[in-house]
Amino acid sequence: MLHLALFSIFGAICVAGAVNLLIQRHPINSALSLIAVLASLAVEYLLLGAEFVAAVQVIVYAGAIMVLFVFTIMLLNAGEEERTPGSRVAILLGIPGMLVGSILVAWALLRYSGTGSVSVGALPGPPNTIAQLLFHEFLLPFEVTSVLILIAIMGAVVLASREETARPARKEQG
Amino acid sequence: MVPLPYYLVLSGILFACGVTGFLIKRNIITIFMSIELMLNGVNLSFVAFAAHWHALSGQVFVFFVMVVAAAEAAVGLAIIIAVYRTRETLNVDQVNLLKL
Repeated sequence: MLHLALFSIFGAICVAGAVNLLIQRHPINSALSLIAVLASLAVEYLLLGAEFVAAVQVIVYAGAIMVLFVFTIMLLNAGEEERTPGSRVAILLGIPGMLVGSILVAWALLRYSGTGSVSVGALPGPPNTIAQLLFHEFLLPFEVTSVLILIAIMGAVVLASREETARPARKEQG
Repeated sequence: MVPLPYYLVLSGILFACGVTGFLIKRNIITIFMSIELMLNGVNLSFVAFAAHWHALSGQVFVFFVMVVAAAEAAVGLAIIIAVYRTRETLNVDQVNLLKL
C-alpha cells in the first residue's frame, strides 16, 4: 500500500514535470521541470530496488547532463521561444488521435500484460552485482561505449572550437 | 506491491510527452530536452522489466542508454553552439539551410 502511494505521488510529479516542460516557454523553466522529472524517476528506480541506477540517475542525469543544458542555455542567453502556428489539420486530427492511441495502449497494457507486480527489494541491485555483470558479460559493450564517449568528446571539442581562419572569409561571402 | 503495467503506462506517458515536445517545441534546446525525456521513459521500462523478470541485465542496459544520452547531449549542445554562432538564433524554423 505504501509502495503504491509512493509510486502514485512520484509518478504524478513525473507527469506534471513532463507536462510543464511542454507548457513553459522559457528554456530555463523547461530545464528545471526536467530536473524534477529526473529526480522523481530516481525515486521510482529506488522503489523498483535499483539503488545504483537511482544514484547514477541523480549524479549523472540530474547532475552532469542537466548542468550542461543549463550552462548552454545561459551561455547562449536563450530567451522565450516564439511560437509559430501549426497546421490546423495536425491539431484537429493529431490530438484526438494521440488520445485514442494512448488510451488503447494503456488499456492493452493493463488488460493483457498479466498481473505481475513489482515489490521493493524483490531484485537487489547492489553495485557489486552490477559490476560483476558489467565487467564479465557486458565487457565488450562497455569498452565500445568508452570508445563512443571518447569520440563524442573529440567531436564536441572540434564542433565548439572557434575557427579563427575560416571566420573572416565567411563574413565576406555573406 | 505495484503492478508492472503501472510502470509501463508511466513510461509510455513520459515517452509521449517527449514526442509531443519534440514536435511542438520551436527552441532547439527544448527539443533536446524532449529527447532526454524520451530516453528516460525507455529507462523506466527497462528497470521495471528488470525487476519483473529478475534479470539484472536490464539495469546494465540503463547505463548504456545513459552513456548514449550523455554523448548525444555533449555533441548536440556543441552543434547548437556552432549553429548559434553562425545564425544567431535558436529557433528551428529559421535554421532551414544546411549551407552556412
